[in-house]
Amino acid sequence: MGLLSSKDSKLISDPLADNNPITIQVLGICSALAITAELKASIVMSISVIFVMGAGNVVISLIRNIIPSKIRIIVQLTVVAALVIIVDQVLKAYSYSLSKELGAFIGLIITNCIIMGRFEAFALANGVWRSFLDGIGNAIGYGVILIIVGFFRELLGSGTLLGYAVLGDPIEKTGLYSIGYENNGFMLLAPMALIVVGLIIWVQRSRNMSLIEE
Amino acid sequence: MEHIELLFKSIFIDNMVFATFLGMCSYLAVSKKVDTAVGLGAAVIFVLTITVPLNWLLDKYILQDGALVWISEDFEIYDLSFLSFIMFIATIATMVQLVEIIVEKFSPSLYNSLGIFLPLIAVNCAILGGSLFMQSREIPTLALALTYGVGSGIGWFLAILSIAAIREKIRYSNVPAPLRGLGITFIITGLMAIGFMSFGGMLTGGDEEVVKQQIDVELVTDNKLQKLDNKLFSKNTKEVN
Repeated sequence: MGLLSSKDSKLISDPLADNNPITIQVLGICSALAITAELKASIVMSISVIFVMGAGNVVISLIRNIIPSKIRIIVQLTVVAALVIIVDQVLKAYSYSLSKELGAFIGLIITNCIIMGRFEAFALANGVWRSFLDGIGNAIGYGVILIIVGFFRELLGSGTLLGYAVLGDPIEKTGLYSIGYENNGFMLLAPMALIVVGLIIWVQRSRNMSLIEE
Repeated sequence: MEHIELLFKSIFIDNMVFATFLGMCSYLAVSKKVDTAVGLGAAVIFVLTITVPLNWLLDKYILQDGALVWISEDFEIYDLSFLSFIMFIATIATMVQLVEIIVEKFSPSLYNSLGIFLPLIAVNCAILGGSLFMQSREIPTLALALTYGVGSGIGWFLAILSIAAIREKIRYSNVPAPLRGLGITFIITGLMAIGFMSFGGMLTGGDEEVVKQQIDVELVTDNKLQKLDNKLFSKNTKEVN
């Protein structure tokens, strides 16, 4: 990347793989799993988190020398809450059905541990540009896992992707269904999200043995 | 009866961890030992018991559409519900800080066991989630909100206690290396969640889940009409299935 120095580009590329916020740092799982039954919801959630984290890291980094350290958590929560309200209002205005579907989980971005974690660990100690890159990088790392989980759950659970029937029509028995394939409705239920993430962790750690825990 | 039903529902059926994945971060991070898990679980029950009723009052008298009418008739037109995130999180953060100070002053022994967990709790999704679900499920009275808070807390406590116990035992098992630690915890939690789903059939309260998964909720200005539509629609889809 010509635009970024190698140190800066590491801020973006690290969270995508070996320092992924979900599978390695174990942050932000709270709101991640519940909305991954559909690919579309996962994508919208990822975009929202990218926006909130990028902007939030910039704001916190700008005011990092003014915040008294005793009340910093409240200040951080207020900044995130304000940004999340923006996301929520935009969603309500442009995509009401989706905002209904995501429901309380948009609000729960506020307590998404990735955001607080990155504020504490990075934005409070670094300049604006680097904080911005760090925020975007971690949010993309989070989004990637969300989209992978959403992809498999929607494909295997309802046989569609983004609402399009990619495997054929289950009622008229076309495509894959003509040879006896059935949708696995269980993929749409809550427990499978956990198991799919568990499997992603398994795959990632068996490809990179240095990540294995004792 | 209402209270018992809600308590049962919030502990088992809508369990914070297994049904809605709330508070997963601290659930995974603090569940390595039973002792610490009990401490955090107790703190969650404590804080949820305080914040859910408090946020219910806030929602009822300040945030809802037309809620300000108790001040003056002129305020009937105001709808401050878009402020609910910031108000709820502010209440939670202040309450946690307040509780920390009070507990430290009056009961140092309790502070020693709960104290270290309290700052963690301000950013625990389970706490904010409790208030947000209280709002979106439209719990009608203050007493029910209290029951809901206590029930959700107990459900979370139960979840973290059981996973901590399992994790202590699993140390002696031969888990495939890449799954050790985090991976196997995820999968066990998934299996436990499947177990908890069996409670779902015990009460006739499953409608909400179905409504949540409908994609095409249309923009209807009248809220009640919309709910009626959803109910009819979900009934129809059930019959089709």
